[in-house]
Amino acid sequence: MPYHLVGDDALFAYALRLGDNALVLAQRLGEWAGHGPILEEDLALTNVALDLVGHARLWLGYAGEVERQGRDADRLAYFRDQHEYRNVLLVERPNGNYADTTARQFLFDVWHLHVLQALGASRDERIAAIASKAAREVAYHVRRSGDWVLRLGDGTETSHARMQAAIDDAWPYTGELFAADAIDDELLEAGIACDPRSLYVPWNEHVSRVLTDATLVRPEDGWMHSGGKTGKHSEALGYLLAEMQSVARTVPALRW
Amino acid sequence: MVTREADVAEIWEWLGEIPDPEIPAISILDLGIVRGVAWSDEGAVRALRVAVTPTYSGCPAIAAIERDIVRTLHARGVEHVRLDVRLAPPWTTDWMTAAGREKLRRYGISPPRPRAIAEPGTIDLLDVAQAATHCHPELVEGPLPENAACPRCGSSAVEVLSRFGSTPCKALYRCTTCREPFDHFKAH
Repeated sequence: MPYHLVGDDALFAYALRLGDNALVLAQRLGEWAGHGPILEEDLALTNVALDLVGHARLWLGYAGEVERQGRDADRLAYFRDQHEYRNVLLVERPNGNYADTTARQFLFDVWHLHVLQALGASRDERIAAIASKAAREVAYHVRRSGDWVLRLGDGTETSHARMQAAIDDAWPYTGELFAADAIDDELLEAGIACDPRSLYVPWNEHVSRVLTDATLVRPEDGWMHSGGKTGKHSEALGYLLAEMQSVARTVPALRW
Repeated sequence: MVTREADVAEIWEWLGEIPDPEIPAISILDLGIVRGVAWSDEGAVRALRVAVTPTYSGCPAIAAIERDIVRTLHARGVEHVRLDVRLAPPWTTDWMTAAGREKLRRYGISPPRPRAIAEPGTIDLLDVAQAATHCHPELVEGPLPENAACPRCGSSAVEVLSRFGSTPCKALYRCTTCREPFDHFKAH
């Protein structure tokens, strides 16, 4: 049975976007398990991933309820194809080296915390509840990733060079975080969503300050990649989902 | 044989016997996970509604705790049990009982301090960045210095080894007096 978005339900899509960001990023962080540069970071990354998996379950669970087609979080996670995923492109980028992972995490974490803080005031009770809870956990994520940007940026010549390259490479994926489309606007008007455009100033202030402290150069804003929020993904997502979904798809009727 | 409906106070006692599966020294009541117990009429049956709240979003023990609650109550003769999972207000370590904190300490885990930070909506992220510039690692590292005390020797001369430990709720510390590492339950 082919799965596809039913109608254009904005709330369903919005919850998917939040859940997919968390799920895809968690899957990426999970790839570091057993491969972390030091044991403490192996634990840290997998703990952050665990928080994000928890968020994904809550968001996708809510999306399934809103959709009313009998899909729960597991069904949505394991049986949607690439074009049905709604995460931003930034989180599906490969791990690269530790600086690449740190850059991706930090740039996302700052945005993520602001989004969750704003959604704590959503008129949708469930969104407000999930966001308030998640915000506390993401506050830890922001501190951790920011600390690593500082250590690597204001570190050795090698770490500095790699951290700068990582920021430069990830930068064109940040624009998508602040772009709003019809779904955002529809829910914004209903007092349910937050305005991604309004998050740019605080995000930019925080990120710029940390980059300066880390002796890194803030890249110029140029052309930005986009498409993830509407299901147009990079090649990388295909491999990620294939690995993530393979066990479930092997025995589709299995219930844990 | 006449079976009477258990009264709520008794049910709270039964729930107090359910240990946290990860840290069996404390109960789910000590953790502040159970937020309410009440009988309700559901059509033809009397159902017991138990309101619970998850600790961390990704805590893997929550499913086990929910199963333990249902199993315990069934074993005690409560036929119809409904679990209401409440996300709001979000769980905080401030809901942990004083008895629970002492049990943690005796078990070798440093208990959480009171949450001295502001609500998430007022965390000033720029403080974090500024703190880094002015070398205040405690702000960069976490919401508060978390003056933990060594659960073995009581010394407060401790240092953080890792802000993330074996479970999401704990951090890894080391006592510089007795030189032993210990887990610290983070304020949340």
